[in-house]
Amino acid sequence: MATDLTGPAKASRAWTRRHLLDLEHLERWEIEAILDTAASFREVSARSRKKVPALQGKVVVNLFFEPSTRTRTSFSLAAKRLSADTIDFTVSASSMAKGETYIDTARNIEAMGIDIMVVRHQTPGAPHVLARTLNCSVVNAGDGAHEHPTQALLDVFTIRDIKGRIEGLTVALIGDIAHSRVARSNIWALTKLGAHVIVCGPPTLIPRSIAELGVEIAYSLDEILPRCDVLNVLRIQFERQRAGLFPSIQEYFALYGVTEERLKRAKDDVLLLAPGPINRGIELTPGVADGPQSAVLRQVTNGLAVRMAVLYLVSGGAPRPALVH
Amino acid sequence: MQRSLLIKQGRVIDPAQRMDTVADLLVRDGRVAMIAPSIQESADEVLVAAGLIVCPGLIDMHVHFREPGDEQSETIATGAAAAIAGGFTSVACMPNTNPAIDTREAAEFVYLQAGRARQARVYPVGAVTKARAGEELAEIGQLVEGGAVAFSDDGAPIASAEIMRRALQYTRMFDRAILNHPEVPELTQGGVMNEGIVSMRLGLPGMPRVAEEIMVARDILLAADTEGKLHLQHLSTAGSVELVRQAKKRGIRVTAEVCPHHLALTDEALTSFDSVYKVNPPLRTRRDVDALIEGLVDGTIDVIASDHAPHAPARKELELDRAPFGMIGLETMLGVCVRSLIEPGYLDWPKLIECFTVGPAQILGIDRGHLRPGVEADITIIDPDLEWTVDPEAFRSKSRNCPFAGWVLKGRAVHVFVAGELKHSLRPDAIRTNTGQLTTPL
Repeated sequence: MATDLTGPAKASRAWTRRHLLDLEHLERWEIEAILDTAASFREVSARSRKKVPALQGKVVVNLFFEPSTRTRTSFSLAAKRLSADTIDFTVSASSMAKGETYIDTARNIEAMGIDIMVVRHQTPGAPHVLARTLNCSVVNAGDGAHEHPTQALLDVFTIRDIKGRIEGLTVALIGDIAHSRVARSNIWALTKLGAHVIVCGPPTLIPRSIAELGVEIAYSLDEILPRCDVLNVLRIQFERQRAGLFPSIQEYFALYGVTEERLKRAKDDVLLLAPGPINRGIELTPGVADGPQSAVLRQVTNGLAVRMAVLYLVSGGAPRPALVH
Repeated sequence: MQRSLLIKQGRVIDPAQRMDTVADLLVRDGRVAMIAPSIQESADEVLVAAGLIVCPGLIDMHVHFREPGDEQSETIATGAAAAIAGGFTSVACMPNTNPAIDTREAAEFVYLQAGRARQARVYPVGAVTKARAGEELAEIGQLVEGGAVAFSDDGAPIASAEIMRRALQYTRMFDRAILNHPEVPELTQGGVMNEGIVSMRLGLPGMPRVAEEIMVARDILLAADTEGKLHLQHLSTAGSVELVRQAKKRGIRVTAEVCPHHLALTDEALTSFDSVYKVNPPLRTRRDVDALIEGLVDGTIDVIASDHAPHAPARKELELDRAPFGMIGLETMLGVCVRSLIEPGYLDWPKLIECFTVGPAQILGIDRGHLRPGVEADITIIDPDLEWTVDPEAFRSKSRNCPFAGWVLKGRAVHVFVAGELKHSLRPDAIRTNTGQLTTPL
């Protein structure tokens, strides 16, 4: 394995966390350790034999209380590349209605001998409560509108990969900030790493108190566009319109849709991210989503490396210094 | 048979009589016979209360006892026992049972069950509207006949301004109060906690302060218009306190209450994602806590009540958005108030006891909460220096949803009497039985 260890290893501090629940409570060096470890794992995906033995003999379960295909598949594949045994366990709303609490469900699954539980839940804090209750490691794969740490980690990984840095960049998060776990995790990661973050959307979708996290609030996309190095376009959920938070999808698109026309106001090298799944023609036009500035597919590829890094670190692996990137 | 009890040398605090003095208190035949600096009279039982506070039996005018309908969470018997253990000899239970306390028979059922339990006195609060549906007035006159002491749809606000107006008008002929839970429901839909920086960080749906304040303002205007008797339950925001303060200055007949958890906790508690902290109205911020305390200090707030809301463990163990609102409080209220109000010097003991005695007694119109000669001897004896650790497993309540588990509190009821009868004692040995001879100091 071509491990280039030039210079002092950046990630040499001791990683002690058994869980990854949120980015709010991570320190900058911890985020960097995950990114560096992810960089070292990315090479694995490029091999013909895409496996390392890091988690051999460990069992990783994806316990999803909310449907998800991408995140679940990404975690499954990440675990498999680390040679772990994996199980997917999706709990339907109907089975929860039968009376078993989510804590009971998780306890039952843990009793099968689980080392790492990857949890997706529609309610904020469910992974935190499980981490307190269970003995295994818990990784948050998205909890309601709270956090989605691995998504934000793969977003900053992609930015760092393409832009070469995070510090000093201006990153706009566009859309439904109020209900977005991706937005919250991105804000924590980006501000800790020294980026300037702008949240942009209608006031009904941006809680005013968010300014206290050290971000800039903007209501006009056109005004901020020339200043941005990165645009992260959040998915808009149709039920928000039905709840009266904005008048129509058409008006939303007119104000916040990222179109080729609008992108002319942006820097030439503006980087476009979207956590997906994309509503083509609502947040982004197809031309933009598939255009040269878009890193949407690279995000997916990088997601695998980031999730490998997270599973590896919470299972007790020492941080791996990055290959030269 | 005449029986007598002499409580010697306690600090007798009776806010109704502006009394705060070390004295002897004689109970004869279940009633207060005399309070005097030194009573040299033989008594069947003698309790030396030096260093202890002797006060009227405390009143909690806001509890939920879940019977009928949810007896796995609490019954009238277990709730009344929890009240006694906390030092409360009288409670007023809210009508949000299943079925609701919206008929004379339902009110009488509460008295029947409380009589069987022989613990605290339990006064039923009748529903304002049939089945608490908020649409038609319940048979308020019949409920008064059945012993309902006040009216409320608590658990839910009285959302319709027209129903609230009519209720305030109609109850005037009985001089009974309407106890309203102020909350505009369409502003809090789906909310689980205070709306603010913490809810934003946690991604949890918020309940804005204005949802409470709009209805506080509405109710004050309606009380002024109808001259009805309005009591606002569990105020939680600085804005609500200010609205009530101004209303009182203008002479509007309104009273208000606050709960101990709104004095002792803030929305930061939710960062644990523990559903034990999910309560309605929600825990607010330090600024609101300070305003609530100021409201108590200047008399804007009349009453402290627990809003004791038991939920069986399986139900409270759900996700934050699915778990029910509410926390229990009867057995911790006194100690939590000492910690939040007396220890920091905001209130003294007479003022705190006033909020637990004359305050609620006047609003409910009951002859309790004082120690004037002739009244039934409901007496709570408090050791203000007793330190204890909150252990919900040891509670008399059936439920365990207590946010103060593990807290070390100071101040606890050590002897509790209802109509002169000892219902609870942490130190039963302290009560000496006499055989007729003159009492001699120990």
